[in-house]
Formats: sequence, C-alpha cells, structure tokens
Amino acid sequence: MKDVKTPSKLEKILAAGHPAVTSECGPPRGSDPEVIVKKAELIKDYVDSVNITDNQTSVTRMCSLAACIRLKLLGLDPVLQMVTRDRNRIALQSDILGAASFDIHNMLCLSGDHQSFGDCAQGQNVHDLDSMQLLQTVRLMRDEGKFLGGGDIERPPKIFVGAAANPFADPFEIRIPRLAKKIAAGAEFIQTQCIYNLDKFEEWMKLARDRGLHEKVYILAGMTPMKSAGMARYMKKRVPGMDVPDEVVKRLADTPKEKQAEVGIDICVESIQRLKECEGVAGFHVMAIEWEEKVPEIVERAGLYPRPEL
Amino acid sequence: MIVADKKPIEEIIEEIKGRTKILILGCNECVTVCEAGGKKEVGVLASALRMYFLKDGLDVKIDEKTLERQCDHEYLEEIRDMVDAYDAVVSLACGVGVQFMAEKYHSIPVYPGVNTCFLGAAEDRGLWTERCQACGQCILARTGGICPVSRCAKRILNGPCGGSTGGKCEISNETDCAWQLIIDRLNALGRLEDYETLSPIKDWSTDRAGGPRKVVREDVQS
Amino acid sequence: MRLSYPSSIKIIRVPCTGKLDVIHVLRAFEKGADGVYAVGCMEGDCHFNAGNFRARKRIEQAGKILDTIGVGGDRVRMYNLSSSEGLRFVEYALEMYELINTLGPNPIKTAAKKAA
Repeated sequence: MKDVKTPSKLEKILAAGHPAVTSECGPPRGSDPEVIVKKAELIKDYVDSVNITDNQTSVTRMCSLAACIRLKLLGLDPVLQMVTRDRNRIALQSDILGAASFDIHNMLCLSGDHQSFGDCAQGQNVHDLDSMQLLQTVRLMRDEGKFLGGGDIERPPKIFVGAAANPFADPFEIRIPRLAKKIAAGAEFIQTQCIYNLDKFEEWMKLARDRGLHEKVYILAGMTPMKSAGMARYMKKRVPGMDVPDEVVKRLADTPKEKQAEVGIDICVESIQRLKECEGVAGFHVMAIEWEEKVPEIVERAGLYPRPEL
Repeated sequence: MIVADKKPIEEIIEEIKGRTKILILGCNECVTVCEAGGKKEVGVLASALRMYFLKDGLDVKIDEKTLERQCDHEYLEEIRDMVDAYDAVVSLACGVGVQFMAEKYHSIPVYPGVNTCFLGAAEDRGLWTERCQACGQCILARTGGICPVSRCAKRILNGPCGGSTGGKCEISNETDCAWQLIIDRLNALGRLEDYETLSPIKDWSTDRAGGPRKVVREDVQS
Repeated sequence: MRLSYPSSIKIIRVPCTGKLDVIHVLRAFEKGADGVYAVGCMEGDCHFNAGNFRARKRIEQAGKILDTIGVGGDRVRMYNLSSSEGLRFVEYALEMYELINTLGPNPIKTAAKKAA
C-alpha cells in the first residue's frame, strides 16, 4: 500500500491497489436537494466516490460545493469539481476551505468550458489561475498549510487532488508532456475524457508508462455508455476532443432502436473489462450522463462489484 | 495599433439628436489605419449626418476636422479656437482620444463615434486581429512569441485546455488555438522541452485588476 | 452609333471604377442627385484586377448608409459592361432613369424646399 496523505476514501482504495470506481452527478437547475440525493442513492453502493460537476457546459446550476455537502451528509465521498472560469484566487481558496470544513476530501481541478456555450454567454470569465495553477494551490494549502498570499492556514484542507486528461486531445505531441505537467503541478489522480477508441487509449497509456507516469499518478479511465446511435454520432461530430471510432457508431446503428441502449451498456462493460488488463489503469470513472440508474448494472457486469470495504 | 470599429450611424444619430452645431473629429493614427476614424471616415459620417438632418428639414451644421492625434495635448490644442463654435463633438478617435478631448474641453459634450476593440494587427486587408491585452507583464519570451493572455479564450498560461481541436479553439473553428500556435512555434524553434516548464501563477496587479495604470518615466519628464 | 440616353444623367468619368469611393456617392446625394450608378468593366476583366469588385462593395456600402439615413439604398446601383456595348449602356441608363422616376426625387431636396 502506497502512502496516504488524506482521509479520502478514493485515495485509500487506490493506495490499497483496488481498481477504483467513481461516477458523477450533475447538480439540478434549481434548488431542490432531492434531485442530487436521489441520483446519489442510485449509485452509492456501486462507486467509491462521486464527482459533482461545476456548472458544466457553463450552464448555471446549483453550486458544486453545496451538492457535495449534501453527499457528504449522506455519508458519501464526494469529489468537488472546481473550474477556474468563475472564481478568482480569493474565491477558489475560500471554497477549498469551505469544502474542507465539511471534510470533503477530493477535488478535481478544471479550467471549465468557455462561457459562450452556456446560458450566460455575455458574462465575464475569470481565469485568474488555470487548472494547473489550481492544482498547485490546493497542494500548497494542504502540504504547506499556506495561502497563496503566504499566510498560514489554521486546520489546512486535507484534499486528494486530481485533474482531467484527454488522451485524444490535440495537439498530439503534447498529450504526454501535458499529463507530466499536471503531475508536476500536483495532480494525484487523473480522470480521463470518455474513452471509445481503446487502441488509441492503450497507446497513450504505453507512452505514459514509458515515462513512468503511471507510477506517479492514479489514472482513472473515463467511461460513458452510449444511449443510442444518435448520441454516438453527436459525440463523434460535435463534442470537441472526442474520439468515437466508426465501428462503435456502426455497431449501434446496426442495432434496432429499442436495443441500442442495451448495446451501449454492452460496449461500456466490454471496454472496462478490456482496460482492467491495461497496465497503469487504476480505476474507472463512469459518467452515465443523466442515466445514473445504469451505473449499478455497468459496475456489476464489469466485475467491479461489490466495492471493497475499508 | 489600437483597433476600433465604426459605431452604427443610428446610434450616433440617437446620441446627438437636438444638437445644432456638431464637429466630427477624426484622428490620424491607429483609427485611420484600421479605417474606422480617419479623415475618410469623418467625411462619410459627416455627409451621412448632414443628409439625415436635411431630410428631416433640420438646420444642423456639421463640420469635419481630423487631428494628427487626439491622445496628445499639442494636437488637441489645435482646435482650441474653433471648438466653442460647436455644441457637440463626435470623436472618431479611440476611447483614449475621446476621453482626452473631454478632459481638455470641459463645456462641450463629446460622443464616441467608434467602438474601441483591442490592440491588434492588420492581418489582411479588412481583417484586424487581437495580439495584446496590455497585461503589463510580458511573458512572450516563455511562450515562443505568441501570447496566451490575448489569444487564448481562457487566457490559460499552461495550456491548451481540453477544447483544442485540429488547431482550433472550442469557441469557434475560425479561432486558432493559441496553445497549438505556441507548441508549433516551440517545435519550430527546437524548444518543445520548454513546454513542460510550469508557468507560475501570474501577477495580475499590472493588468486591469490593479486599477488605472500609469507609466512614469522621470528621465524624460520636463 | 449615336445612341441617345436621358439627358438628366450626368456622367462623371473615373480612370477605373476602383477609384470610386463611398464619399463620392454620398456627396452626389448631398448635392441633390436622385440616384447614382456606377458602370464598370465586366467582372473578371478589370485592368487592375479588382477595381470593379471594389466599386461594387462600395456601392453596397453607400446603399446601406443611404438606407440608414432614410434616403434609400435602392437609389444606388452597380452595372458592368464592356466598352463595345453601347446599346447595353443605353439600356442601363434607361433602367436607372425608370427606377428614379418610380422612386421620385431625393428626399433631401424635397425637405430643403419645404424648409425654404
């Protein structure tokens, strides 16, 4: 077992060498706490930790921190996603302390989609820090107990800190250097973009292993089941940085409409089974977008259930 | 240069309605080069306004003048003797010129005739693009001469973000990804290993965040 | 050929329609013209490559301004012909003449008369 630096359940599971399973919930466009609680109840016994997205696609939603607190009160291990788009360094550090005050022990540092995609396209963006500098900030606050301004923090946050990586992103030549840079900035776990092109992902993992990066960071492979051939086509064509091979689209398109969702789950389960064998994959991040009820089935069929007790 | 774009004539008309003696004041510098507020544009705007008021049977005097610069005392002084003859000035200079004019001639309302857009270059005929946001702490030495502050939609100093696709930015496939440009340039310079150096957290106090800025040069002060 | 065209049309010669500027068109209206049209060489045949294309854009630009100020952008047009097409020259002149007759006088003139 590797050293554990925080009380995070996710970190403990990874350090113990178990393949971790995380999932994510998007907070509602309203203030009803039941929405998030219901989603969490569906998946809580099948995952180790649950990410809460932070105004994803720049559409205004209930704040990630509040939703994380809801999960924490249910006894779950939330992963607070935080984007640098909407907060300056004062707000970021302050929210980190707020999260720590509720003993939220995981954070995922992101830059966030551009606001032009969302419901406030005319708004300002902040980007005082970028995602790597946010990683550095969390590590400084945790490891040194210091604020960016140099002051001491009473009861420093104990946060296991992660970042996103896209094994398929452009430009190709810096995919691995960029991962290395995130690790150098302080990332302890990585949750990847949704993986459909397994060959290309395995190639990326090999390049990461060649530099020994898989030993410096826990890499959780991102998995999103397709609901339909239409969704596959949309992801392929419209979502930036997404690599959906033609055979995946074809397999879904060749399936009768009412069976497509089932095949989407099959593809997801098969992908997990294959990547369980890939050296350096430390776990899976199952993002069933507005389809949380399918997470238990995926986890079970992929042989990742029951989740280890700590 | 400072790049500006013409304001819609309707908007200018709305602002100056009711005035009877108007001076259209151009600037011979940046706004001339970007064809928004030079002598030529002054002529077109003045002619259009004259016709607009004539058509409505209104007797509005509209004169034209273009100064060498509107951001320098000495050139703005040139209109001291004539400016009292007007009850409004439409300045086609950038926001700097409009304000300097307003500061200098207290009793005459000044209206902007252009929208000041950015610091940019003339990339092609009729195409101006942003290159600098005057952040006050130039980092171009580290980024291969390409500025992520002005050219990345998220001003990311350790880019690119996950939205970079085929060399283009997630906001539009007509916008280059600044980080793709930086990486290509570092590659061409044989300096790709520099990419892995983390860019430190930036001091934005020299940017807009620090409040109105000034440069003081005692060696050239009189 | 000795073809005739309406005598109210005043010809202003330019070395190339590329010389035409928005301000020239606007000034003509300010001075009381009821319409302005430019006659350039056939597209693709410009001796300076793009002169007639530039003229077309400037005519469009002038049209937009005239629309904005209520004079009417349809009072300006761009035509193209080659130097040997005298008949077509007359055809365009008549077309423009008809157009202006339909549109009536430049509203600036009528307003000025009313004021006086």
